[in-house]
Amino acid sequence: MNQKFRLENVGLINRDKKLSFKFNGVAYHGYEGDTLASALIANGVHLVGRSFKYHRPRGFFGAGVDEPYAIVQLFRNGETEPNIKATEQELFEGLEATSVNCWPNVNFDIGAINNFLKIFLPAGFYYKTFMWPKSFWYKLYEPFIRKAAGLGVASTKHDKERYEHKYEYCDLLIAGSGPSGLASAYAAAKNGARVILAEDKARHGGTLLTSDVNIGNQSGKEWAEGIISELKKMPNVIVKNRSQVFGYYDHNMMVMSERISDHLPKTKKFHPKQRLWYIRAKEVLISSGSIERPIVFGNNDTPGVMLSSAAKEYLKVYGVLVGRNPIVFTNNDSGYETAIEFKKNGVDPIILDTRKDPQSEIVDEAKNLGINIKLSYVVVAAQGYKKVKSADISKISDNKEQLGAIENIKCDCICVSGFWTPTIHLASQSGNKTKFNEDIDAFVPGISKQNETTLGAANGSYTLEETLKSSLEASYELSNKITNNDNKISFPNVFEKKSTTHDKFWCVPLPEGKNYKRFLDFQNDVAVSDVEIALKEGYRSIEHVKRYTTLGMATDQGKTSNLNGLQLVSKIENKVVPNVGHTTFRPPYTPVSIGAIVGREVGKHSKPTRKSPMHSWHEKNNAVFVDAGVWLRPRYYKRGNENLFEGSKREAKNVRTNVGVCDVTTLGKIDIKGPDAAELLNRVYTNAWLKLPVGKARYGVMLREDGIVMDDGTTTRISENHYHMTTTTAQAANVLSHLEYYLQLIWPELNVNVVSTTEQWAGAAIAGPKSRNLLQKLFPKSDVSNEGLPFMGYLEGDLFGVKARIFRISFSGELAYEINVESDNGNFMWEKIIEVGEEFKIQPYGTEALSTLRIEMGHVAGSELDGRTIPYDNSLEGLLSKKKDFIGKRSLAREAFVAEDRQKVVGVVPLDKKTSIPEGSHLVKDSKAPLPNPKLGYISASCWSVEHDNPFSLAILKDGKNMIGEKLFVMSPLKNKVIPVEIVSSHYVDPKGERVRS
Amino acid sequence: MLYIKCPHCGMRSQNEFSYGGDATVKRPELNSEVSDHDWDNFVYNRKSLRGKHWELWQHISGCRQWIKVERDTATHEIFNTLKAHEEISK
Repeated sequence: MNQKFRLENVGLINRDKKLSFKFNGVAYHGYEGDTLASALIANGVHLVGRSFKYHRPRGFFGAGVDEPYAIVQLFRNGETEPNIKATEQELFEGLEATSVNCWPNVNFDIGAINNFLKIFLPAGFYYKTFMWPKSFWYKLYEPFIRKAAGLGVASTKHDKERYEHKYEYCDLLIAGSGPSGLASAYAAAKNGARVILAEDKARHGGTLLTSDVNIGNQSGKEWAEGIISELKKMPNVIVKNRSQVFGYYDHNMMVMSERISDHLPKTKKFHPKQRLWYIRAKEVLISSGSIERPIVFGNNDTPGVMLSSAAKEYLKVYGVLVGRNPIVFTNNDSGYETAIEFKKNGVDPIILDTRKDPQSEIVDEAKNLGINIKLSYVVVAAQGYKKVKSADISKISDNKEQLGAIENIKCDCICVSGFWTPTIHLASQSGNKTKFNEDIDAFVPGISKQNETTLGAANGSYTLEETLKSSLEASYELSNKITNNDNKISFPNVFEKKSTTHDKFWCVPLPEGKNYKRFLDFQNDVAVSDVEIALKEGYRSIEHVKRYTTLGMATDQGKTSNLNGLQLVSKIENKVVPNVGHTTFRPPYTPVSIGAIVGREVGKHSKPTRKSPMHSWHEKNNAVFVDAGVWLRPRYYKRGNENLFEGSKREAKNVRTNVGVCDVTTLGKIDIKGPDAAELLNRVYTNAWLKLPVGKARYGVMLREDGIVMDDGTTTRISENHYHMTTTTAQAANVLSHLEYYLQLIWPELNVNVVSTTEQWAGAAIAGPKSRNLLQKLFPKSDVSNEGLPFMGYLEGDLFGVKARIFRISFSGELAYEINVESDNGNFMWEKIIEVGEEFKIQPYGTEALSTLRIEMGHVAGSELDGRTIPYDNSLEGLLSKKKDFIGKRSLAREAFVAEDRQKVVGVVPLDKKTSIPEGSHLVKDSKAPLPNPKLGYISASCWSVEHDNPFSLAILKDGKNMIGEKLFVMSPLKNKVIPVEIVSSHYVDPKGERVRS
Repeated sequence: MLYIKCPHCGMRSQNEFSYGGDATVKRPELNSEVSDHDWDNFVYNRKSLRGKHWELWQHISGCRQWIKVERDTATHEIFNTLKAHEEISK
């Protein structure tokens, strides 16, 4: 057996299932149920990485979420993921991982030279050292820092895994399934509440898995298993493992990430890798436990120095010894429990206790087992580079300031316990103003802000009996409030060994003549000396000290470092810790993968795709599609090897000479009904609407209250109290909300209903000189002559048995009609138009030809109505009623809006009649003027005029009214183009508008 | 994510709503004389209060009704919600 630190018969791993894995290219074995960390330690591997700043060797410090060191690059099923904690990653067959933050390899890391340069890398070194000369920053400093710093490498490949989001509601969400979580889940569930119990680890039970306690005649572990299996059978309970509640948001919205497949060699078919839960909980019970905190001493970052609770967990859960020659350095009884477990498994530990004379059942047990206990003793410094080889230890005076003679003793690990820090992150995120508890030297939750209750060790309660009792009570009360049930339960008696008080000692003084680094933040390499410098330089607020030194700013968010940092600041500043205060806890509690946050909203799924009923016809006929908002619209119908330019030119030309058909289903449509419908239109449109007869359409412009054009479109009076409004594709939703706003809030007296019918109608525009001939053939029973259906007229007709609405409106500027049928008949309509139109040489046209036609006609659209222009700018001032008020009218009287040289839409033609003008280019008077060259306007839309066979653009130009005939320059610094142009009327084709009326 | 009580539909998550600004602003009557100062105040000037604030929301992915919501802009606490036609009591 090559797992030489694995014990026989201890632990919860499955020894029947051996797994092989690789770390830094070396093959090892572990067992099912291991984490990568436990499997590596079982194989005697303690060097896993290099530290962030000094590149010092890094091992394992914890056994779970608090781990600051053991961050690896993971390879799984052909994918790679950076910054995975080895203490959280469960082992699977074929797992591969490598160290991060070291080059060329973990054993020989060039960056470690920083360790010897550390005098140059003190607190705030980024701010000080690399400031000048300025030009060096981009060329030299930044590239160097980027290469040297940082953790793992993110994959640049598309992540093929699936991530899901899930919304859930419950009465009680319980975060953490240790003793308090289990007790409260059980009590609430038995009282009829809907409960979600979430555990971040693979195994439920928390400290019950490692403590030597009994509940009734069961061990803590057996009791936990019994409760969990009962909870899992209850229909009102959801039990989740591998699920971290990481965020407490407003109104009791909790977010949890569930790792569904990360522990498997590959994700099962149809399974997600991870699932993000949005849980709206009536009450939240925070039973997140506590994290052991370190004691600060020299070289306390050496691999082999770790939390005593982690050593115990590796032993009890994974059957792994972190060393065969351990020192336990403690200021409380928890260290003894770890030592006792070592002793019971045939290892002789030495306990160094900072206390002078501790008396408790736990201490007695250690004594009875014959463990070597040194009281009033401290570890002064760990010795060894890539692994602890020995420890310098010393007696310490009663006032904890003087060290005695230094002795060096051999050891292969140092297990540290500086007492416990409640995990108050969730409570603090909720808005709870935490308070400092002197008894435990740590912050605990104060008065609840939202509906949150913190229980057990997270609330500073460190005995099992008290934890179970308070959890039962709280959970009964909360569930009773929600369910009104009165089902109280109780648990059997608890048997646990009594402990005594801890020693408020947290930092070992430096021995004379030594300047060992004593680390506070192990991931960001922040030492005692760094905080001292920051304070010396005048930083006072803990938030500033944090940012200047980067204390607690690493991916572990200072889970093991924050309190010792506060202790240090309070000591130097001679304040008490609560007056120093702690930095703000913000979600997420622990890193969450971007994939989980994004969920299924990836690529095409990042927004819904809307397709018209004629979509499959377009597909079959070689349409090249373009995104128009969430719609997919044909841009052009490709023939042979045509490109966009050639295809759209052909289509537009065919409209001008024969007839074309365009899918206009995407236009927004709003059905308006009610006796006051005309009054509503009269108020929201700028022109007059009260006298529009039935069977007629009218073009209208809508403004915002600030006078800016919001949208335009035609509205048709279908019958006395019934109108059909069209909006642009982009503004459809906004216009509906706009109408609802005025109807519901401003003019509730108007008797009108509005509803979107965009999806109920399929629309086709037929445009071109032959469109009437085609229409006549489509509707033989209707009179579609110029008299029967004049410009802006409306008819209802019969399209081969299908009811259709015919509008004589035109966007292309040609004689044109729009036909609407119910969506289900859209494809039928389209095929009929194509079939019947064949003799008139009909061609379908896409959005590119549509744009060409409207641009050369000078019809404004979205690129001119861009939320920055008023009616005048778009030459729509003729549509402003002088007789009535309308939304936005008052704003049009503003000084800038009536200025003589106000911008206005114009046409732009290149002098050479050849050079295409890039959209977005600037218009200037003098192309060689010194910068900044005064900008007179901008190109809003460009096309190749099919009528004139040369480029043509629309522009919004200052004093456009008086600029017709002027010669200017178009400049596009982006495309490096300067084009001499002439300003012409925006109506480049058919300026009198005769065709639409023909 | 806020949890908003729509007076028509009940408790719904924020992502069903869209925000609509200060609910206490009164639009001047149509066809009335409005000074530049008053019009500017109506169109542009908002107080951006810290604390209790009546604001408009539209239940855009629900009943499409505009509603009035009394919310603390600092803590997000919601005290009251009203239908569009219900007057805000002071």
